[in-house]
Amino acid sequence: MSLAHRIIPCLDTDGSRVVKGVHFEGLRDAGDPVELAARYNVEGADELVVLDIAAVRDNRPTFLETIRRVAEQLSIPLAAGGGIRSLHDARAVVGAGADKITLNTAAVERPDLIGELSREFGAQAIVLAIDARRETDFWQVRVRGGRVATTLDAQDWARRGVELGAGEILLTSVDRDGTQSGFDVSLTSAISHCVSVPVIASGGAKIPQHFLEVFTTGSADAALAASIFHEKAQSIRALKSFLQANGVEVRLPC
Amino acid sequence: MRVTLIDYGAGNVTSVARALRRLGAEVSCTNRPKELTAAKCLILPGVGHCAALLSSLDAHALRQPLLDALAQATPFLGICLGLQALYESSEEAPDLSGLGLLQGRVTHLPLNVKIPHMGWNQLRSLHTSQLLKGISPEAYFYFAHSYAAPVAGSGSAAVCAHGRDFTAVLEQDRLFGVQFHPEKSGAPGAKLLENFLRIAA
Repeated sequence: MSLAHRIIPCLDTDGSRVVKGVHFEGLRDAGDPVELAARYNVEGADELVVLDIAAVRDNRPTFLETIRRVAEQLSIPLAAGGGIRSLHDARAVVGAGADKITLNTAAVERPDLIGELSREFGAQAIVLAIDARRETDFWQVRVRGGRVATTLDAQDWARRGVELGAGEILLTSVDRDGTQSGFDVSLTSAISHCVSVPVIASGGAKIPQHFLEVFTTGSADAALAASIFHEKAQSIRALKSFLQANGVEVRLPC
Repeated sequence: MRVTLIDYGAGNVTSVARALRRLGAEVSCTNRPKELTAAKCLILPGVGHCAALLSSLDAHALRQPLLDALAQATPFLGICLGLQALYESSEEAPDLSGLGLLQGRVTHLPLNVKIPHMGWNQLRSLHTSQLLKGISPEAYFYFAHSYAAPVAGSGSAAVCAHGRDFTAVLEQDRLFGVQFHPEKSGAPGAKLLENFLRIAA
């Protein structure tokens, strides 16, 4: 009896439709978020993330409606993010049915946002998303969908984010994202060992072995993927059976 | 079945209400003292900070009506913070008193494990449980918390462990509580809520 490692499908949306593409380039339609959410809810996903990757101001009502319709389908937790810059934005997202809020660029630009939201909703509701790229001797934090460099070291930023009130880290390897060459296990392990909160690994997943590596060597608490689930290249149930057979605690529906 | 959800302003009433409506319950959400006293069955959901819950109960003058309703044996289910609020006090809100219906203090989970305790975990049964009736002992439930109730007395029907054992399912007469979120716990969570509705009917 111990905490199960979580498998989390991610819906990257343009506000209303799930899209696929590496960092805004060559975006193409990958389905209806409500249909996908309903499917993942019964297939054994442990949680769902829905992101507004465009995060255009005028588009907010559309994204909130998407959160509302997705939440209606779920009996598992839902995290939502993209373009949340204030307590006001966060209240709207939580009011639409999200259990957790993910923060990325806005938290880098104004770190106090983490504490403001954490005090209102609790640390368990605040996910700090960190996009990190390997440099010669450290991992650099990137913002705006991974395109823009910052001066932050990912390990320092993760520790700081937790001190400020984040209850979870969603860690994406910019180098691996979209490559399907496996999670960045050393990045995940480094971050997981420098913070006291759970870490969700993201970027690069293709085959069950990749998940096994990131849960064991990478010490991840959860792992996130998008297109391999959307396109049915990988079933969640088969993935979990593989992990269980290899000694990783997972939740199999019973 | 008519259920009154206590909406003190900082909880996740929407998802709990949705889960209950799926089971056919008639749900009303309120922060009015009178409606608590008149309720057939009460649920106190909770996420976030314990101080927010307790001070909000006081700000809406809900503490006494809630205690009155429980004294009349109105069936009650506390979820997450809603369970923690039943104890005498919580380390998370040291300046405020809990509802004091159960002895003991809610304390922080040990620091040798990842905090918050976040995700799906299993239970260990201590007593026969009405809430867990018909649910596989292997079932997982969704937890998201950093503080937890002690294991004490005959009320602790099932425990969970994360750094230490804590009360995960509480049953004492008409008083029920769960540390996890049944509204986010898939089929076993729905079954637990269904069991509560049946007990309360």
